[in-house]
Amino acid sequence: MKVKLKVKRSNPETGDSSYSKYEIETENSVTLLDALIQVREYEDGTLALRCSCRSAICGSCSMRVDGRARLACRAKVIALTRDNPEHEIVVEPMGNMPVIKDLVNDMESFWSKMRQVDPYIKPEGPTPEAEFRVPNEAMIDLTHVMNCIMCGACVSDCTVLEVDKNFIAPAALAKAYRATADPRDDHEHDRLEKLSEYGGIWDCTRCNMCVEVCPKGVAPMNRIMQLREMALEAGIKGNAGARHTGIFTKSIEDGGRLNEIWMVPGSVGMFNVPRMMKEMPGALKMLRAGKLPIGQVIPPGFPGSHKMHGMDRVRNVVRKSASLKPVKAEVKAHDA
Amino acid sequence: MTLKYAFWPGCVSKGAAPELYLATKRVAQELDLELHELDQATCTGAGVLQEQNPEMGDALNARTFALAQQMGMPLMNICSTCQGIESMVQDKLTKRPEYLAKVNAILADEGLHYTPGLEIKNFLWVLVEDIGLDKIKSLVKRPLTGLRVGPFYGCYILRPSSILGKEEHPDRDHYLEMVIEAVGATVVDYEGSKKCCGFPILTVNRENSLKQAGNHIHEAQDLGADALVSPCPLCHLNLDAQQPAAKEVTKHEIDLPILHLPQMIGLALGVPPNEMRLDHHVVSTKKLLAKLPEMAVR
Ligand code: SF4
Ligand code: SF4
Ligand code: FES
Repeated sequence: MKVKLKVKRSNPETGDSSYSKYEIETENSVTLLDALIQVREYEDGTLALRCSCRSAICGSCSMRVDGRARLACRAKVIALTRDNPEHEIVVEPMGNMPVIKDLVNDMESFWSKMRQVDPYIKPEGPTPEAEFRVPNEAMIDLTHVMNCIMCGACVSDCTVLEVDKNFIAPAALAKAYRATADPRDDHEHDRLEKLSEYGGIWDCTRCNMCVEVCPKGVAPMNRIMQLREMALEAGIKGNAGARHTGIFTKSIEDGGRLNEIWMVPGSVGMFNVPRMMKEMPGALKMLRAGKLPIGQVIPPGFPGSHKMHGMDRVRNVVRKSASLKPVKAEVKAHDA
Repeated sequence: MTLKYAFWPGCVSKGAAPELYLATKRVAQELDLELHELDQATCTGAGVLQEQNPEMGDALNARTFALAQQMGMPLMNICSTCQGIESMVQDKLTKRPEYLAKVNAILADEGLHYTPGLEIKNFLWVLVEDIGLDKIKSLVKRPLTGLRVGPFYGCYILRPSSILGKEEHPDRDHYLEMVIEAVGATVVDYEGSKKCCGFPILTVNRENSLKQAGNHIHEAQDLGADALVSPCPLCHLNLDAQQPAAKEVTKHEIDLPILHLPQMIGLALGVPPNEMRLDHHVVSTKKLLAKLPEMAVR
């Protein structure tokens, strides 16, 4: 089949960047990586790219393909062209990380964030005589994260990292979950406290981009959500993220629906005067546009607060839903 | 033929975005949709409740599904976030029958029961799949010719694609573009259209949140957009209500009207702008309406 490629070329030394177009003949069965290697071997020896295993194991060949990060060796050209032989496959280096040349990124920030979360299991106390025994369920839960091949695709497309380089970002946060949730680790509380700071778990917008692009089903965002749940359970609530989910939940328990007026003060802290002042101009504009729901001025939980019709039935469901919670086996490894 | 839906308006259209609620009801008349409002249903949890208590979210959403099933109609929402959470809960309940049985045992107290298989659709999907683009084209009274509109989807109606029916409907990620074209406007193709508006972290990290919103608006405006259109009222809050703040944080010279999807459809179907409260946005829509002389606010 005919394959049309439009490849972003960059040379940071000269600061030049442009697109090169290639048209090649290949077998129907080839991957994008095969096609790029063919280009490098037969069309243009100056094209730089990174690869090793060619079978979605080593994590070297991540790049942006038609706007989304993925492994070039896992993408079949025939699927990318979607039955349209004229479709030009756009190939670019990963985002959010500097480019060394063409399709090769500098992964240093990826690794430094991995180191930042202290990705080692650190048991304390006496070492068991034989092996550490861990419950099956705990390890099954961790298999997603253990599948990570450090390809960087999730980091490339993370939407928060685009605006804030300090965000620890999906891959390292998923790795943090791996260590924190491991029954052999004894630093859960410190870890969760650190992760609840700026740049950590509460800075994620839950945009699902990392879940979408991860080739290995790690679903980093879901691990971040698990970390949030763990942090709340551990009582680490002195931050805006925890307060936000707290007031939100209360609003639903109390009135069945979201009480929007109280979300901001409830999250940033009622007496956080400088931060509340920042909200004032916006709030006034909304008020003027008729966009502040005045029917909700009484905060959730106070007498007279806004409630939907049939709240007693809702409360019944709320109360009984506690029975749906999975019974957590005591998973401390050394007790085994 | 009249299409009937159990209608879940979501909290935001009943709170900070009343214009969305009005526009939806008004446009439903033009499109011959019968919307039966689920006034007993609760918030989907928007992913926030789920951080603290996913099980409560499952039970409350299952209850909403059961209420719709009791009415014998598919469920329609007008919020990308509602769609995402509802699809996620539905997926979980379908894949875990024993868990579903426990949920149903709770619902039984009020005589409700949820059987997997309920159709749950955002208004955007209803437009393309149930009404059809040809029908919409035939109903257009004021083609939005010359108007340049950027799509803004909202994360949850796009991702994770594994739970959003993309196998059956592979074009769902292109519907906004298709609808913009169907009403005669021109699509502005910009990178931000499928990214995050930043709203979920507005109270956690205001700077980052507003940078996200401001950057997308700026990019689209730079490419000549007259407006953005979104099926998600939470995106609307960050893109419209927070736009002045986003301007301050990003220092981008932005001033771009943001339309709720039903408002854009309404404009094309000849609904007077004031009946969809286009005058109740934080960013004025006057500039936009002036481009369509016969539709200027009366
Ligand atoms: S869900 Fe969170 S971590 Fe994942 S890409 Fe979005 S912002 Fe980044
Ligand atoms: S989480 Fe997935 S996308 Fe991110 S580095 Fe690991 S394998 Fe790659
Ligand atoms: S070459 Fe190893 S993952 Fe693609």
